[in-house]
Amino acid sequence: MNQATDTLPVARLDKIPLALIPLVALAALSLIPSLPTWVTLTVAGLAMGMMIFIMASGLTLVFGLMDVMNFAHGAFITIGAFVATSVLLPLAAWTRADSLWLNLAAMLLAIVAAMAVAGALGLAFERVIIKPVYGQHLKQILITMGGLIVAEQLILVIWGPDLITLPKPATLRGSFIYGDIAIEKYRVLAVAVGLAVFAAMFLVLNRSRVGLLIRAGVEDSEMVQSLGYRIRRVFIGVFTAGSALAGLGGVMWALYQETVTSAMGMQVMILIFIVIIIGGLGSVGGCFIGSLLVGLVANYVGFLSPKVALGSNILLMVLILLWRPQGLYPVAKR
Amino acid sequence: MSNLLALSGVNTHIGHYHILQGVDFAVPQGGLTMLLGRNGAGKTTCLRTIMGLLKASEGRIEFDSANIAGLPTPAVAQLGIGYVPESMGIFAGLTVRENMALAARAGPIDERRLAWLFGLFPALKKFWQLPAGLLSGGQKQMLAIARAMIEPRTLLLVDEPTKGLAPAIIAHMVEAFQELKRTDTTILLVEQNFKFARALGDTVAVMDSGRIVHGGGMRELAEDAALQHKLLGLSLEAHQ
Repeated sequence: MNQATDTLPVARLDKIPLALIPLVALAALSLIPSLPTWVTLTVAGLAMGMMIFIMASGLTLVFGLMDVMNFAHGAFITIGAFVATSVLLPLAAWTRADSLWLNLAAMLLAIVAAMAVAGALGLAFERVIIKPVYGQHLKQILITMGGLIVAEQLILVIWGPDLITLPKPATLRGSFIYGDIAIEKYRVLAVAVGLAVFAAMFLVLNRSRVGLLIRAGVEDSEMVQSLGYRIRRVFIGVFTAGSALAGLGGVMWALYQETVTSAMGMQVMILIFIVIIIGGLGSVGGCFIGSLLVGLVANYVGFLSPKVALGSNILLMVLILLWRPQGLYPVAKR
Repeated sequence: MSNLLALSGVNTHIGHYHILQGVDFAVPQGGLTMLLGRNGAGKTTCLRTIMGLLKASEGRIEFDSANIAGLPTPAVAQLGIGYVPESMGIFAGLTVRENMALAARAGPIDERRLAWLFGLFPALKKFWQLPAGLLSGGQKQMLAIARAMIEPRTLLLVDEPTKGLAPAIIAHMVEAFQELKRTDTTILLVEQNFKFARALGDTVAVMDSGRIVHGGGMRELAEDAALQHKLLGLSLEAHQ
């Protein structure tokens, strides 16, 4: 070996958190007696995890880059879901049609509308509500919680107090059957959308100058400014994109649950915070792994011991924080 | 010689604390000015105020005859002022290449300038594709200085570049700064290591309790042991 390279430190990817997903799946395999049930639960867990990732990925960047505790993130999820109802219910002829392309076109329209509305409202929210409280955590918690409550009430005014049923498009209902294994079609779509979002975020963060700025800003925003960059503009862009992603997550979650309520955003915020803490503040990769772990654990425990299911994710978070107090892949210096 | 940077009556508060209490000093165009002083004298606050990271509550900061007090930090940096903070400000999760690429705001890195910086700091070439967090303290300091100089700067502000470094690395730093002095860049360097300061400084300003208490040529201070002791006291003995 060349002696000159012997002393070079080698950049190693920390693979242990990556190994957690197959480890959890294998552990569940030993506890679940039936292989088809295990496959069904695993796909369901992965799909749930992907949807949580879509909703949480924007928030982890907002947390990491802007040091903003945005409890109102759930409002953008709810808004995305309600905008989807306003698009999909009038397009019932498309969603009921036995054509995959018409179904997907309707979904695409709903997603575009939800992301546009959630993104625009996110931009306004950052400018009006968040901007005055940068660096003041207590005020951020209070004002964003207030924002979430106000948003919920406005949704009640606009869409009414009743629970809205949002059926899945016709061709996305039902399951693919392979012997005794049943895999829900919608869950396959959720996995595909989640992977696409992760790939897009990975490419933007690692292959573009904006991504370089975001990654540097998550580590040390003051130094980025000292290099001559107006980091606030990046903040605004990330906040808007994060809100738009929450809108997308809202559409996927609403179709998954097939019901939409004004409280749905607040309900999933607990899962989202767990995922962000598990993953490590500011880490998209950590958020991705954390989401999949939460999805898998929720489904396995829900099957094996339904009474424990409610607290299983909190327990998962506690175990991971005992092992790695900063989360799986911490990025932000907090 | 004209002044590139001039502070007059600069006051800075951090919370309830009044840190800079009417700072007056000038950095002549070209050469290297040392800002010396005991711990807590206000040297770092002074650099941070120049960079706009802290807002001056009073006073003028003239750079190239324009008042830059109150400008946001990115605008100050865009005037051609490079800054190496005491913490070095290295992005540990980014590679050495990415750290440098980020600092090259005008576009792709100038290969000739990069080759010159590699000549000053060969370790950077060796670790080019590795995360900066894996570098040693001395290598991080080299990266921080190289990053600040990846584009031509009119003024370079450096905060305690020798802090925590081994003597061999400090000797390397002296050589590197002597090379940087041959460029058109004016340097303002905060330092506690008087030996390092004496080897590089052309002019000097000494701070104490948020004020400038001495200004003049480095040679005069270097030759006057009594003045050194009076101005720098224990910190001088600790760092000789």
